[in-house]
Amino acid sequence: MKTQIISTLILMAASPAIACESTTFGDLSIANPWSRATIGAGRPAVFYVAITNDGASDDALVAISTPAAGRPMLHETTVTDGVASMPHAMSIPLPAGQTVQLAPGGYHGMLMGLTAALKEGETFPVTLTFEVAGDVTVNAEVLSLRVEGPDCETDGQ
Amino acid sequence: MQLRTLQKILWSAAAFATLAFGLWQFSQDRGPSVGEQAPFRPTFALPDAEGQLRTQADFEGKYLLVFFGFTNCPDVCPTTLAEVAQVMDDLGDQAANVQPLFISVDPVRDRALGLAEFTGAFHPSILGLAGDDTQTRAAADSFYIHYERQDDTTAPDGYSMSHSPALYLVGPDGEWLRQFSYGTPAAEILADLRSRL
Repeated sequence: MKTQIISTLILMAASPAIACESTTFGDLSIANPWSRATIGAGRPAVFYVAITNDGASDDALVAISTPAAGRPMLHETTVTDGVASMPHAMSIPLPAGQTVQLAPGGYHGMLMGLTAALKEGETFPVTLTFEVAGDVTVNAEVLSLRVEGPDCETDGQ
Repeated sequence: MQLRTLQKILWSAAAFATLAFGLWQFSQDRGPSVGEQAPFRPTFALPDAEGQLRTQADFEGKYLLVFFGFTNCPDVCPTTLAEVAQVMDDLGDQAANVQPLFISVDPVRDRALGLAEFTGAFHPSILGLAGDDTQTRAAADSFYIHYERQDDTTAPDGYSMSHSPALYLVGPDGEWLRQFSYGTPAAEILADLRSRL
């Protein structure tokens, strides 16, 4: 129990700052952009983010781009009849008044053709292209390979 | 009038038989689930990263946590292996009684990319296994799981693998015990293992 508490405290102390930031872009707010460290540059990396559409009309995320990878694409993990597959998502709908998560087990950015391995603690820019709102660039923080997501609840944001 | 009643009964019986047969077939298509199927013992014979052939017999006396996946998978596989790593850390001394296995469904590419390097990045206890097509298919069949190569121009090398994303628990005597469906929190897996250890 004690070790659990200590490791939790360590995790909190190392709580990522950038992965907990939120960027406002018109009616959209873009929160918690993060990625996982990679083992070398040969395998694709991942990109997760939460997007809230506070506007009165729908929008959609249609593309991502980043200098960190040659072929970044939007994908969606789907589990049908107990089998997971990962089809390409042409566009991720952002209905008015809703928050859409790119998160483990669902929508995610797949960053293929990495220019270099992603190391924990680094950040890299990702440009999100929205159908209506246009382009906005956020910084994604590279977290440990082992985290399930950024731990943002303790830093008062 | 009497004939009509008989007809009704016969038609009902036919409908019932069709339905029952359909349900039976449906249940045959599913993987095993606790209480529905006779106990079974999955088997496998697959080489590890060093090329040494490993079978279920090598792990007798230990619980096995088995995951089928591929190392090029950016979302589901790292998430599950991260959970397994957490479980192994939290088990403390009891971790010696649990062996996590990562069985590649994309063995040729995974060997080229580095199997041990991948599993080791999550936890040193995770053993990666990658056989040839026949060995891999046999292992998957014995766990009643599905995997398939899918051509996809938007994926690395033009293909991706679809696969059953659950984590399977095999007992110390080799008997299949249960599955943890994808996304089961590490704490739940830990509690289940602790109750058995």
